[in-house]
Amino acid sequence: MAKSIDVSDLNIYYGDFLAVEGVTIPVAARSVTAFIGPSGCGKSTFLRSLNRMHEVIRGARVDGKVLVDGQDLYADDMDPVNVRRMIGMVFQRPNPFPTMSIAENVLAGQKLNSKRMKKSEADDIVERSLRSAGLWNEVKDRLDRPGSGLSGGQQQRLCIARAIATQPEVLLMDEPCSALDPISTSVIEDLIHELKKDYTIVIVTHNMQQAARVSDTTAFFNLAGVGQPGRLIEHGPTEKMFSNPEDPATEAYIQGRFG
Amino acid sequence: MTSTMQSPTSSPTPSPEIAQSLRGRSLPTWAPKAFGAAAVALALVGVFGPVGFWLVFVAWLVAAVIPLWSMIVEGRRKATDRFVTLLVTTAFVIALFPLGSILTTVVSRGAPVLGSEFFTYSMRNIVGEGGGIYHALMGTLLITAAAAAISVPIGLFTAIYLIEYGEGKRLARWIRFLVDVMTGIPSIVAGLFAYALFVIFFGPGVRMGIGGAVALSVLMIPVVVRSCEEMLKLVPNELREASYALGVPKWRTIVKVVLPTALAGIVTGVTLAVARVIGETAPLLIIAGLTDSVNFNLFDGRMATLPVFTYFSIITPGVPPGPSIERAWGAALVLLIIVMLLNLAARLVSYFFSPKGER
Repeated sequence: MAKSIDVSDLNIYYGDFLAVEGVTIPVAARSVTAFIGPSGCGKSTFLRSLNRMHEVIRGARVDGKVLVDGQDLYADDMDPVNVRRMIGMVFQRPNPFPTMSIAENVLAGQKLNSKRMKKSEADDIVERSLRSAGLWNEVKDRLDRPGSGLSGGQQQRLCIARAIATQPEVLLMDEPCSALDPISTSVIEDLIHELKKDYTIVIVTHNMQQAARVSDTTAFFNLAGVGQPGRLIEHGPTEKMFSNPEDPATEAYIQGRFG
Repeated sequence: MTSTMQSPTSSPTPSPEIAQSLRGRSLPTWAPKAFGAAAVALALVGVFGPVGFWLVFVAWLVAAVIPLWSMIVEGRRKATDRFVTLLVTTAFVIALFPLGSILTTVVSRGAPVLGSEFFTYSMRNIVGEGGGIYHALMGTLLITAAAAAISVPIGLFTAIYLIEYGEGKRLARWIRFLVDVMTGIPSIVAGLFAYALFVIFFGPGVRMGIGGAVALSVLMIPVVVRSCEEMLKLVPNELREASYALGVPKWRTIVKVVLPTALAGIVTGVTLAVARVIGETAPLLIIAGLTDSVNFNLFDGRMATLPVFTYFSIITPGVPPGPSIERAWGAALVLLIIVMLLNLAARLVSYFFSPKGER
């Protein structure tokens, strides 16, 4: 489990509009990589291109290479559905399936694909996933209640449990805490620390303290102006990025002088 | 902490001028209620009582006192509010009037006919009194069920294409346009279409239940497409993305996430579409015809239906005409009850099937 990602010279388009240009970045296995940068600089777009969720939007396309364990995700014979089974994703707003119970939500990856499994096996997956998402103790008595009845923070952890229940190699998180209060946020940050042992995690965040707290590597995205494509300005170990960045724009952003 | 909580200016006694200007003057609270109640009472006497219908207008004038009074006491803004309230209420009552009238007439004239014989007998070999609507009731249920069986798959799949696959495509725009055109097809044209279609295969003079079902589905499909489309649109895109991100293919996402989430709305929409076509007369008059006997076979010969039965019972009542006209009212009442039950069922379905949130 847990694989490294190598992105080289990736251009991402919405129709004719070049949204992100020329990104080259390695992502180490079993580490947390944070993407920071001002709104609209393409960090979420870039994240979505890592498991081919980008192309769900009409007219969106990508060129360049995303290598996971040496396999190019955008090779012609790659099936995006299989790519997404390998690389899970947690979204900005918690989105549990409203028609499903808590347990069914956790098993959604298996159930929606009509995977047959024994009851005991299913129960194991539910318990293991909810435990690793730090939600087990709160919901173990009401697994058959609807998932939409939980609080926002619990729903987000339910979504994390759902993402890791399919045992992906990589977990992508698109501003997972932006809709949550500080306490739920800190629960999820602790969770990211735990999950790092087993998964490669890439997280987009607007919160620089969060990036400093949870990540091993930080990448800074910026755009030259409105209508210009976003670019990767620099990336490096989080400590270095926050104490001694190479690019003056990174320093300005991290110190809160713009953005 | 406590020091910041205190407000900087804490004056315990409010100044009388400000208090007065904030409150303004207003009508006594009983006034609108009292005049409203008086108007309603007068109107009821006018409609049902011996005095005459002109009393309804007097009632309206009584209600109209409130805005005028308000103009004098309260000023322009509140008077306008009260005047518009009066207009809206009046419009509502006028809209309700035909409904109440139809209901009372149909129930009062139809109810005495209803009985076990009425529901279990056909009109075979019946002259004058007796007989029932069993054949027409069965015909209506069979033809409408067949119409639903034809139009629900077509309509639902069309809606799925429009929402899930057709976004921004020219074909989808054309389909939307044609569905809108189809909504406006007069029902008699749908009947002629079905007749013309069946004449090709079975020759002129053909009468068949299934032909009626085809005609009804021409009317029903656009309604189903529209309501399903609206319901599928309501499913948040986030759910589709959540499903894709779990490595679920698009078709499974539609079958297992989108459709279940929209199920309540779809079932409600279909039920209302059924309620909409079950009372259609013109197309069934042409293609399904009328018979006095029970016919369970959609593919063989004439089939009676409630609307057509009602029509012919009134138009050709026979001698003496009384019993036939009574049966017409009875059939109309049964049709009305079926439509109401369908609407009720739609309500229940949307209540029990909709995704459960916080409870």
